[in-house]
Amino acid sequence: MKLKLPNPGLDNRIPSHGDLEKMEKEEAGDRPKWDNKAQYLLTCVGFCVGLGNVWRFPYLCQSHGGGAFMIPFLILLVLEGIPLLHLEFAIGQRLRKGSVGVWRSINPHLTGVGIASMLVSFLVGMYYNTIMAWIMWYLFNSFQDPLPWSQCPLNANKTGLVEECARSSTVDYFWYRETLNTSTAIDDAGGLQWWMVLSLVAAWTLLYVCCIRGIETTGKAVYITSTLPYVVLTIFLIRGLTLKGAAEGIKFLFTPDVNELMNPATWLDAGAQVFYSFSLAFGGLISFSSYNSIHNNCEQDAVLISIINGCTSVYSATVIYSIIGFRATEKFDDCISNNILKVMNAFNYPEGNITADNYYETVAHLNTTNYDIIQGLGLAECNMQTFLSQGVEGTGLAFIVFTEAITKMPFSPLWAVLFFVMLFCLGLSTMFGNIEGVVVPLQDLGVLPRSWPKEVFCGLSCLVSFGLGLIFALRSGNYWLALFDNFAGSIPLLVIGFCEMISVIYIYGIDRFNKDIEFMIGHKPNIFWQATWRVISPLIMIFILIFYFVTQVSKSLTYLVWDQEAPGFPTLAETPFPSWIYVIIFILAGIPSLSIPLFAIFKFFQRKCCKQKDYSDNTVDTISAKIQMHDNMKY
Amino acid sequence: MLEKIILLLCCSCAVAQHLCTPDASDGYKVRLSIKTALEGQAYEWNENEMFLFRATLAFAMRNHIREQKFEVSNIIVCNETPRVSFWFVVTSPESTSVLIGKEDVEEAVRKSRNRINSAFLLTDKTLEFIGILPTLAAPVDPDTPPWLIVFGVVMGIVGAGIILLLVSSVVQKKRKNEMTDDEENCEETRVKTVENGSVGEGVYNMSFSDDERFTQM
Repeated sequence: MKLKLPNPGLDNRIPSHGDLEKMEKEEAGDRPKWDNKAQYLLTCVGFCVGLGNVWRFPYLCQSHGGGAFMIPFLILLVLEGIPLLHLEFAIGQRLRKGSVGVWRSINPHLTGVGIASMLVSFLVGMYYNTIMAWIMWYLFNSFQDPLPWSQCPLNANKTGLVEECARSSTVDYFWYRETLNTSTAIDDAGGLQWWMVLSLVAAWTLLYVCCIRGIETTGKAVYITSTLPYVVLTIFLIRGLTLKGAAEGIKFLFTPDVNELMNPATWLDAGAQVFYSFSLAFGGLISFSSYNSIHNNCEQDAVLISIINGCTSVYSATVIYSIIGFRATEKFDDCISNNILKVMNAFNYPEGNITADNYYETVAHLNTTNYDIIQGLGLAECNMQTFLSQGVEGTGLAFIVFTEAITKMPFSPLWAVLFFVMLFCLGLSTMFGNIEGVVVPLQDLGVLPRSWPKEVFCGLSCLVSFGLGLIFALRSGNYWLALFDNFAGSIPLLVIGFCEMISVIYIYGIDRFNKDIEFMIGHKPNIFWQATWRVISPLIMIFILIFYFVTQVSKSLTYLVWDQEAPGFPTLAETPFPSWIYVIIFILAGIPSLSIPLFAIFKFFQRKCCKQKDYSDNTVDTISAKIQMHDNMKY
Repeated sequence: MLEKIILLLCCSCAVAQHLCTPDASDGYKVRLSIKTALEGQAYEWNENEMFLFRATLAFAMRNHIREQKFEVSNIIVCNETPRVSFWFVVTSPESTSVLIGKEDVEEAVRKSRNRINSAFLLTDKTLEFIGILPTLAAPVDPDTPPWLIVFGVVMGIVGAGIILLLVSSVVQKKRKNEMTDDEENCEETRVKTVENGSVGEGVYNMSFSDDERFTQM
């Protein structure tokens, strides 16, 4: 079972245990350090806990059998999430480098893994910060009463409401028209929306000011961005539980449907959610843990952060669904009242004759006696389940469903500000990890002069990402974002995660890894870690990767558009992608994944042709050359 | 004589009632939803309330057509239902068999809608004139959108932060360079004093280690 691939020269590329002790004692080396353990934990928690905990997990939980979803989620958390997290923490802490540095140290042929991480972090960062720009736009608009998404604007001659708004809803109109000004197809680019560009500028400059000096500045920022969401969630929980209908929502969320456990899609979604939720394979976690002291207990950290992440998901699901339950109840009551009014007006019954309790009997009775009139009224179908399951994931949850719920609460601007500040903090702390995953590999690769200060690297990354991210400020920007989300942030990560596991366990060597962990934390990793690292986690990852790939490839590529002419309006219409999209999809998903084998092949040929150069490179790369000895040391 | 007056009144009533019919071309249907609007404090709809309605409408007509003095008797109501809905028509004060046109009635109601609503503690939604659309309140449109103001504030703070941090790192770097320069200067002066002690002269080359200095002596 102790399979180990040949890996010559490993000892020359990595610091030995003795070197590490020396570095620790003398505090030599110019690597930045955490001010205290709390900063490190808060940064990691902030990176892991992101928007997905708020708007992806609750939806998955409810759609895959409610309380029963906890079972696959917890099982996969323990078998997949915690081992991978521990692995990334341990290897970063041991090799004391960012993602490219770590994989290059293990074996120069594996540099591609680091480069793939960097590319994925870059692509994901681009579109994630656009979501931040949207959140900022809503936040800026929350400082007014009444909220702009609670009213429809009047049409040109002031006789009625704008048609698009009247047919859909005020929140839909504000999101699709006034925020995105969305076009009807992805090829219809439209122009740049100046207010979106301004919001993007705000998002990137705010990110820059927090990341400008690396963990020196982000370490201070996380005291707020990682703790504030919990405070706001608690406030919303208290507010939500006192609203009418909250219990309905929570019941809907947690009612278990054990049959869902037989559905393989449930397990696949649970596995994917655990993987993405932990922000693994981005390279950021490896970087963060490389700033730790050498004897930091990374095992404890991994377990702690996993528990926090899992609990946050469940906690935020409760909060979200209590508010959703409130909104659904309000809509249901409105629907019933409208129907009752229609019936009362038609039959001239006195008010109070028909109430919500006897509505159904009365209508049933009237249907037998005055069938035509009842049919002519066009009574709406009021179904509580429909209202509860409307648009409850992704941007639809935050910008449509939740904003609508907020308009129905008293003191709406306050709740709107709190909600969007919470979303902003959740997203910003995740962006810290993304930027770390781009800037540090960039520095390690040596593509740009090393003498440039960190501020310039950070600024350059932010500027380039902003420039390319302007595509999301076009009228079709929303569709591009969905494309990026589906393809750049899914398959490549699974591939990288799998390669990371194989590299550490079979190329670096599980024996060496065990000894390293024993050196760092004092005891050898127990049988649980051995079993999961060697067999269970890689198998789970392979399964998820294959199933994910198969489902993506087999389903026809369509996307949802907001089209007034479509028959199902205001429901989004499903439209097929134009054919040139496949090129884009290949760039997004294929290039990061393929960079792993391509770089390995490139390095292989480079070695074969230029053998002498390689040896001299190796000697310069050793640790003793890198450690700066103090000036006062006399030989 | 008395019979004649009574007959005349009955006739006029009949004629008047004849003018007010559901779906009359110059009439409007009114619907009140008192319990929905006021819930616990809802009042009963009775003759007195109807009288108030007719009086308010006469007031609205007077406000609109200033030359004619409309009376309560000019507002004729019919077809009352338990829903609290009814039809009304407005007759001209000069001749009770002539109805005031639909457009004039609509205009009058629109002008004084607010007053009519407040007389009954109701709103446009709960006191409905079927066919007369309520004038929609235009949403408040400030000159500078409030979001630009917040954006400006945030960008100002962020910009100040960036400049502060960049300037402080440049200053820090300068200070570090100065410190290392100072250290080098210190060593040079040390060497110079030693040099002065002996006969040595010339520019001292810092690239050599201290060991050489000692061995020279």
